[in-house]
Amino acid sequence: MSQPPIISVRNLSKTYASGFTALKNVKLDIQRGEIFALLGPNGAGKTTLIGVICGLVKASAGQVIADGHDIQREYRLVREKIGLVPQELHTDAFESVWATVNFSRGLFGKPRDPSLIEKLLRELSLWDKKDARIMTLSGGMKRRVMIAKALSHEPKILFLDEPSAGVDVELRRDMWQLVRRLRDSGVTIILTTHYIEEAEEMADRVGIIRQGELILVEEKAALMRKLGKKQLRLQLKTPLAAIPDTLAGYALELAGEGQTLIYTYDDQQDDTGIAELLRRLAAQGIDFRELQSSQSSLEDIFVSLVQGRP
Amino acid sequence: MNFHAIRAIYRFEMARTFRTLMQSIASPVLSTSLYFVVFGAAIGSRMGEVDGIHYGAFIIPGLVMLSLLTESISNASFGIYMPKWSGTIYELLSAPVSSAEVILGYVGAATTKSVMLGLLILATARLFVPYHIAHPFWMLAFLLLTAFSFSLFGFILGIWADSFEKLQIVPLMIVTPLTFLGGSFYSISMLPPLWQKIALFNPVVYLVSGFRWSFYGVADVAVGISVAMTALFMLICLVAVWWIFKTGYRLKR
Ligand SMILES: Nc1ncnc2c1ncn2[C@@H]1O[C@H](COP(=O)(O)OP(=O)(O)OP(=O)(O)O)[C@@H](O)[C@H]1O
Ligand SMILES: [Mg+2]
Repeated sequence: MSQPPIISVRNLSKTYASGFTALKNVKLDIQRGEIFALLGPNGAGKTTLIGVICGLVKASAGQVIADGHDIQREYRLVREKIGLVPQELHTDAFESVWATVNFSRGLFGKPRDPSLIEKLLRELSLWDKKDARIMTLSGGMKRRVMIAKALSHEPKILFLDEPSAGVDVELRRDMWQLVRRLRDSGVTIILTTHYIEEAEEMADRVGIIRQGELILVEEKAALMRKLGKKQLRLQLKTPLAAIPDTLAGYALELAGEGQTLIYTYDDQQDDTGIAELLRRLAAQGIDFRELQSSQSSLEDIFVSLVQGRP
Repeated sequence: MNFHAIRAIYRFEMARTFRTLMQSIASPVLSTSLYFVVFGAAIGSRMGEVDGIHYGAFIIPGLVMLSLLTESISNASFGIYMPKWSGTIYELLSAPVSSAEVILGYVGAATTKSVMLGLLILATARLFVPYHIAHPFWMLAFLLLTAFSFSLFGFILGIWADSFEKLQIVPLMIVTPLTFLGGSFYSISMLPPLWQKIALFNPVVYLVSGFRWSFYGVADVAVGISVAMTALFMLICLVAVWWIFKTGYRLKR
C-alpha cells in the first residue's frame, strides 16, 4: 500500500512486573482505514498489545507510532485520535448514561456537543436509557455504553477488545454494522475476538498471536486462499470398508460409515489431482452419487495455527 | 492545556459530592457541631481562657483544621481510588491528559469541597460561639492552601492504596492523632517543655497555629514559619505526584 501505516508497532516487548513476558518483539503495521482482527487463544497477549498502544501498559522495549506520532512522547496528539472499548466492563455504576458519555468526550479534549452524543446514543439504541444509572443496565447495554464512550470524541482509530463477549446475536449484528459504517467513514478498526466468524465476516486483515508472538499477519482472503484447504466429498453408492491400496498416494479419508470419501487437496496447485483420482475411482469400479467441494473456514485455519501445526 | 478534560473531571467529582451530600457535607458538620456542644459550650464554660481567648472560640480554628484535613484526604483519596478499584481508570490513562490536568481536576474538586466544608463549619460555629476573624485574607489563604495540600496528599494516598483498608488507615492512624496532638484543642505552650519540642515535629502544629493566628492574632509558632511549612508540605506532595505520573507508579501495568 502506498499510504504509510496508521499504526506502526516496532519491536515491541512487554514483561510484566511478575516476570512474565506477554509480548515478544512484536512488529505490526495497521493500514489506514482497514478492519484488523487480532486472533489468539486466551492469554496470547492481545489485550496487552492494545494496552501498550492505548497507554495503559508500559512497554518494556520497542516503539509504537500512531498516525505519525510517537505514542509516548506525543501522547496528546496520539490519544485524542484513539478510542478504546476494553475487554472488561468498567463503568461508573452511579452515573447516568448521558453524563458518562459526555464526560468521555470532555476527557478527550472535545467541546460539548449534545447533538452528536444524541446521535451516537440513538445509533446504539441507548437513547431511551440516557437518564438511567449505568448500574441498572444489562451487560449488553453496558457494553454499548462503553462503545458510545469510546466513540464520543470521534476517534480515527478504534480498538475493540472482544466487542462481542457476552453480547447476543442481534446486538452482534448491530455492532458489525456499526463497525462497517465507521470503517466506511474512514475509521481504522482493530478488534480482538474469539469468534472466528466475526473475523471472517468483517476483517480485511487478520493477525494471529500466540504466546506473545505475532505468528502471522495476512489479508483475510489471501490467508483463506493460502492456508484454506479444499475438500472434495464424494457420496459413494456403496460403502467402502477401507480405502483401497491403489489410492494410497491420495489424502483420502472415509467418513459416515464408509459412505463418504473425502479428498483434501491444495487448490493453489496447477494439478489438484482431482481428474486423476476420479479416473482411478472409475477404474476401481467405485461409483458415487454426488460430489461437492468445500473450503476450510478461518476457524479451521486458526485452530491448526495456534496448535502449532500450520 | 486540555481544559475540557479538567472541566470534565472536575464536574464528575463535584457531581459525586452532591450525589452523596449527606455523607460528604452533613456528617462532618454534624460531628463538628457535637464538638462545639461538648468542648465549646459544656466543658468550655468551665475552662476559662487560653492565650486570652475564650476556650469555645479558641478551638474553632483547630476544629476546622481537623475536618479540613480528614475530609481533604478522604475525598481526594477516594476520588482517585474508586476508578482504580472499579477499573474505569482505563479511560483516564488512555486520555490525552497530562498529570497537571488530572491533578487540577481531581485535587481541584476535592479542594473546592473542603473549602466549602470549612466555611460551612465556620458558619455552624457561629451558632454556638461568637468569634471574629482578624486577618480574613490570611484565613482564606490558609484554608485554601491546607485544603489543596492535603487533597494532594489524599490523591497520592489513593494512588498508593490497593485496598479500602489502606485507604482508611492513614487518615485514621496518622492524620487524626497528629491533628489531635497538633494543638487543635489546646495551646502548645500548655505542654511540658520536652513535649513542646516534640510537638514541633508534628506538621499539623504549624497549620493549626497559622490558622488560629489568622483568627485571633496569637500563634504557637511564628506565622511565617507556618506558611513556609505548609508550602513545603505542598511542594513535597507536588513532587511526589509528578514522580508518580512520570513513572506510572501503581497506575500503569
Ligand atoms: N498485570 C499483569 N501482570 C502479570 N501478568 C499479566 C498481567 N496482565 C496480563 N498478564 C499475563 O499476560 C498474558 C497476556 O494477557 P492478555 O490479557 O494480553 O491476553 P489476551 O490475549 O488478551 O487473552 P484473552 O483472550 O483471555 O483476553 C497472560 O498470560 C496474562 O496472564
Ligand atoms: Mg484480552
